[in-house]
Amino acid sequence: MSGLEALPPWAALVVSLLLLLGGGIVVIGALGLMRLPHFYQRIHGPAITTTLGAGCLLVASMVLFSSLQSRPVIHELLISAFILLTAPVVAMMIMRAAVYRDLRGRRRGRGGPQGEVYRLPED
Amino acid sequence: MNSLLGFSLGFVFVCVIIAMLFSTVRLLIGPSAQDRILALDTLWMCAMLLSLVQGMRFGNPLYFEAALLIVLIGFVSTVALAKFLMRGEVIE
Repeated sequence: MSGLEALPPWAALVVSLLLLLGGGIVVIGALGLMRLPHFYQRIHGPAITTTLGAGCLLVASMVLFSSLQSRPVIHELLISAFILLTAPVVAMMIMRAAVYRDLRGRRRGRGGPQGEVYRLPED
Repeated sequence: MNSLLGFSLGFVFVCVIIAMLFSTVRLLIGPSAQDRILALDTLWMCAMLLSLVQGMRFGNPLYFEAALLIVLIGFVSTVALAKFLMRGEVIE
């Protein structure tokens, strides 16, 4: 906690609100990853963690260090830009792998957990 | 106001730890390999957020470089694992 006492009150309020929002969103995304029943529903859970939760925490970090050092500190924008570029790529790669594996498992008709690709199974 | 900031920093630290626990549960019980890759990707992202939050707690901007490295390596490893699932080899 070095230097956090020199923070102006408005910056402390903004950073606290962003931190609380981001922490809640991160937990909600991971809870969706753990609780949802099928893979094609589970892949929607971490998306909110990587975009909105990480975005809130990165903006909070930017505001905190900018007001601590009395100059604009925006190098967190690097992480933001990288996440916004790579999150769709990662989701697309994992989804393509899952669809390919499900279709291949259904075609061979044996082995492995077979998911329904185009409609959800009733259970 | 500083007590509010301290409470928020502790709260978000605990939140990221709980998210890592949830991802670890999915990583262990995941019925298929793509579930495990998805959980591992979420674990990388939570590790990046943990490093960022530690940097904010200690007021040290050096943790930012660790976060940047973690997110870079996480992206590369997730893409390599997904490619391995789809093709059976990483570099074709």
